Amino acid sequence: MLGKLDWSAIPFDQPIPLVAGAVVLVAILAVLAWVVVKGHLPYLWSEWITSVDHKRIGVMYVLLASVMLLRGGSDAIMMRIQQAVAYQSQGYLPPEHYNQIFSAHGTIMIFFVAMPFVIGLMNLIVPLQLGVRDVAFPTLNSVGFWLTATGALLVNISLVVGEFARTGWLAFPPLSELSYSPGVGVDYYAWSLQISGVGTLVAGINLVTTVLKLRTKGMNYLRMPMFCWTTLASNLLIVAAFPILTATLAMLLLDRYLGFHFFTNEAGGNVMMFMNLIWAWGHPEVYILVLPAFGIFSEVVSTFSGKALFGYRSMVLATMAICVISFMVWLHHFFTMGAGPDVNAIFGIASMIIAVPTGVKIYNWLFTMYGGRIRFATPMLWAIGFMVTFIIGGLTGVLLAVPPADFILHNSMFLVAHFHNVIIGGVLFGAFAGFEYWFPKAFGFRLDERWGKAAFWFTFVGFFVTFMPLYIAGMLGMTRRMQHYDVAAWRPWMIVAAIGMAVLVIGVICQIVQIVVSVRNREALRDRTGDPWDGRSLEWATSSPPPAFNFAFNPDVRGEDAYWDMKVRAQQQSLDADRPEYQDIEMPKNSPTGFVCAFFATIMGFALIWHIWWMVILGGLGAFATFVVFAWRDHDEYVIPAAEVAAIDRVNVEERRGLVSMAGAV
Amino acid sequence: MAMTATAGHAHADPHHIGLVIEHPGPASKRTVTAYGFWIFLLSDIVMFSCFFAAYAVLVGQTAGGPKAAEIFEPRYVAIETVCLLLSSFTCGMASIAADVRNRFWFYLGMTVTCVLGLIFLVLEFREFANLVARGYGPTRSAFLTAFFSLVGCHGLHVSAGVLWLLTMMAQVYAKGFRADILRRMLCFALFWHALDIIWVAVFSVVYLLGSAV
Ligand code: HEM
Ligand SMILES: [Cu+2]
Repeated sequence: MLGKLDWSAIPFDQPIPLVAGAVVLVAILAVLAWVVVKGHLPYLWSEWITSVDHKRIGVMYVLLASVMLLRGGSDAIMMRIQQAVAYQSQGYLPPEHYNQIFSAHGTIMIFFVAMPFVIGLMNLIVPLQLGVRDVAFPTLNSVGFWLTATGALLVNISLVVGEFARTGWLAFPPLSELSYSPGVGVDYYAWSLQISGVGTLVAGINLVTTVLKLRTKGMNYLRMPMFCWTTLASNLLIVAAFPILTATLAMLLLDRYLGFHFFTNEAGGNVMMFMNLIWAWGHPEVYILVLPAFGIFSEVVSTFSGKALFGYRSMVLATMAICVISFMVWLHHFFTMGAGPDVNAIFGIASMIIAVPTGVKIYNWLFTMYGGRIRFATPMLWAIGFMVTFIIGGLTGVLLAVPPADFILHNSMFLVAHFHNVIIGGVLFGAFAGFEYWFPKAFGFRLDERWGKAAFWFTFVGFFVTFMPLYIAGMLGMTRRMQHYDVAAWRPWMIVAAIGMAVLVIGVICQIVQIVVSVRNREALRDRTGDPWDGRSLEWATSSPPPAFNFAFNPDVRGEDAYWDMKVRAQQQSLDADRPEYQDIEMPKNSPTGFVCAFFATIMGFALIWHIWWMVILGGLGAFATFVVFAWRDHDEYVIPAAEVAAIDRVNVEERRGLVSMAGAV
Repeated sequence: MAMTATAGHAHADPHHIGLVIEHPGPASKRTVTAYGFWIFLLSDIVMFSCFFAAYAVLVGQTAGGPKAAEIFEPRYVAIETVCLLLSSFTCGMASIAADVRNRFWFYLGMTVTCVLGLIFLVLEFREFANLVARGYGPTRSAFLTAFFSLVGCHGLHVSAGVLWLLTMMAQVYAKGFRADILRRMLCFALFWHALDIIWVAVFSVVYLLGSAV
């Protein structure tokens, strides 16, 4: 009746996950109860859960990422404490539990923190920067988000019901095959990534189409803001790479569920095929994450330097070059697995070539700052901190791309330090920069600068204290994923790293405090102009938060830095020179499709993990029914009458006139 | 939607001196839908190529089981191929009929497409069932694993296509040739033709090259 599921799935003998799970459960129930009692449920349902507005969906993505950051972060804290205390002792975590923690940590951080964070920011901002009303496929957009949430939910369920994979975040066979991992851990891993992967693919298709087909009048390719370019590159990579992940996981699942022989040791299966496939996805994946961050830094650096981006065209070229080259270097992830010197040399050189366009970008940012009027607001701090950090990470990456060096450093703590260096210093700093930069756009008030700066400095220092020791430990020969060890020389570095982790935690706390304080003081921090940073691209041309339709009129773009040009022109003429007549606007209607889809996907995923076949069928039928009902809909748009558009827009124009006359006075 | 070529706004935009093609604004809904669906199809083809790659890697790994040449029945495969190619043609007829809003030819085209698709599926199913009955199921060897997965994946796509086809017919029956229905019909046709192209690749790589192994 319930497949493999029975009471033994609940780990009654392990206090840590049980207590953690209980706390989370109580927290969720408390929030739910509060929502219901206070009567917020209808509001949540109609304004958020069923919303197909790209801005709302973007915010929900970022919220999901933030919550999962706390989850992945607590795993990290546990690991750092373990390695600090596990010198010549077992530490406080049983080995199989430790293995689950590092696997869950990697999986969560990449798929449910970094990905939703950057996708959320792209969703929120790209249509605004392109000067359009929405993404290409609004309802699909909601489906994509909710499927991502399903994946995250399944991973979290594994904390209490059953177990998570013990195989690392890429589940290499043969360890992940049924014979070595008979439990449900790998199934949790594979199904949650399969489901959220579909969501990611949908988001990718949506954003590619949006950038290529939905630009406002006059927005030629070479007038798009840099963030739109990196969004395009990143989503092209999603469309090209995520199907590889889907296929690879499908093969692994076929091996596990039906006894196929793709990657088994018996009957001719080929483990190296998994390595090739997973890294053909995995290497582009790191650029899927970091390219949007590059875009955010470009926007931030140019805005806070008060200058147009230096070398715009070379930046575009560098972005697209990275997009292409990142597909040609995957093999550097297994230099040590016997491909032979020629192959290694070719892939080594190809990997180092990526450093060239990346270097171009760094120089462009520096030259943008050079001679500019720099304002050290919080987003700018993150951008500068990123440049310092990322250069170190890039250099160690180039070092790893030298095959002989990699033979020594592969699978060592040095590698761990490298990829945290690029992923935290690149992606996460970028996400935070974007968060601080666009928060006023999304909510209409700024974040508190004092707490923001404190958060930056604690995170920045904490990062270095945590990860620089790992480089050293790696060079002293410490391998990754150690549950305990006996080498005295490593111990001090592990203790320093744990202290660094504590500093990082203070950074996170500052960030939470920043949000709380800012929400409390929101009236004082209110931004009525919609343009708090003196921005340059179109998202600042509308009010904050923008109306559902984004722009009352489709903007007409005349050059790079579209909004900056408008402001310059507006100072010469008057802003309201000739507002054309307002018109009715059609917008897509809210739809529960995404949520319902995800509901059935959760049921199906859970049932598949536990081999509860009748429930699988039920979930599948439900999903199909949702599809048919959605396909049967008659009206998917509603009309905002011209009068309402006019009323909303007039407020915005008033505020903006004040802004322009003030700017004129300066 | 004419592209207008104008002189660049040299004052606002120093890079764009000379002739600039001005972007006319967002594309029509039909274009956007078809374009997005194209991109989906490309990603689907990437997914297929992974299974092709796996087949290429594993085709020699028979683990003492049968080789490719020993199990294929060219006659069935030939009929399957003809069915699928014909169905692409009839699907094209149905699309044209939809564009000129001719219900009779639309239903006829779709019905024939559906029947041909079903024949294809039945033949494929028989091929699979025969192999399994002879003890050559996908668990027998890595080669058979790759074979069943690649061909089966295509078969699953065709099955999904048939379901979609029936939904399309029902939609036209209930709602007529509305603009959104026509957009969906466009996507369906793209999907069906793409399956044809993939089948041509399957036919060449699996059956033609495979018979030589
Ligand atoms: C100049 C650019 C870069 C080069 C040359 C480079 C090179 C490498 C090499 C050779 C490895 C494999 C090391 C080994 O397994 O022994 C590696 C691992 C890794 N890199 Fe990079 N990298 C670069 C940039 C990046 C960026 C931008 C990111 C992320 C945004 C990143 C994320 C990772 C990750 C996550 C791993 C570890 C994968 C694992 O778990 O094995 N790298 N890098
Ligand atoms: Cu790589």
